[in-house]
Amino acid sequence: MLSCEFHSYRTQLVRVRPVCLSRPDKTSQKNTMNSLIRSTARCIRSGAAVSFLRPADGLVRAASARFLCAAADLQKDLGEMVKKDKVVVFIKGTPAQPMCGFSNAVVQILRMHGVDQYASYNVLEDQELREGVKVFSNWPTIPQVYFNGEFVGGCDILLQMHQNGDLVDELKKLGIRSALLDAEKESK
Amino acid sequence: MAVSADHIREKLIKELEAVHVDVEDTSPERCAASFKVLVVSAQFEGKSLLQRHRMVNMCLAEELKAIHAFEQKTLTPEHWDKMKQQDIHISDMQPYFVFRNL
Repeated sequence: MLSCEFHSYRTQLVRVRPVCLSRPDKTSQKNTMNSLIRSTARCIRSGAAVSFLRPADGLVRAASARFLCAAADLQKDLGEMVKKDKVVVFIKGTPAQPMCGFSNAVVQILRMHGVDQYASYNVLEDQELREGVKVFSNWPTIPQVYFNGEFVGGCDILLQMHQNGDLVDELKKLGIRSALLDAEKESK
Repeated sequence: MAVSADHIREKLIKELEAVHVDVEDTSPERCAASFKVLVVSAQFEGKSLLQRHRMVNMCLAEELKAIHAFEQKTLTPEHWDKMKQQDIHISDMQPYFVFRNL
């Protein structure tokens, strides 16, 4: 039975991907990792054969190194996340249900301009993401807005860009035609 | 040590050579340390919005660690003079209220 368990560790470990915080099933990946470690520890404690110890120990070491690297992994993941979509926002809540006035303002501004295809990450779901994105952007608050992988600013900046017309131009650079241009046309 | 509006004001005046600073403590509305600031400084001339906001963030780096929510408006002295003529006060600048009813 023990040898079957060990075999299943190897297969399971190969399948476990690095922690990727944009995926909704991150929690289940973490749980898989945690249960792997617990099962490994149980295996060692139960006096498994010596031949199991070295590989099992290796598995446990790899797992702790993984946790230590989690913060570095997050910074790397964020680098990819902000480039994957033209418009990326980090907010409290979701576009359907923002949980803060400033995050709501960002969502509403984008909606007014007809931008409905964008990536939105809810920092309330993930404390590491919440802190990590502040480090990544070197910006102390949420919400945070990215256009084409480049940091734009927070709610204040997006609002001012909206009010002074810059946002329409910036969206144009992204290949997005602001809905307000069409609204203007109609009213003429 | 709790961050105070006066402390923020003094720091902004000192480090950004601000000619005018308004600091409003919006904490009562938010159950956590929150501030809204208006900073007028010649150092903002020729700088993009993002650059200006980063200057303010750097100036208040320590304080921001303890602040939950932070709004800022950064103006050059020229822009500020124009606004004064129109008699606009910082409490009129409440971006997110605009969207509350949506």
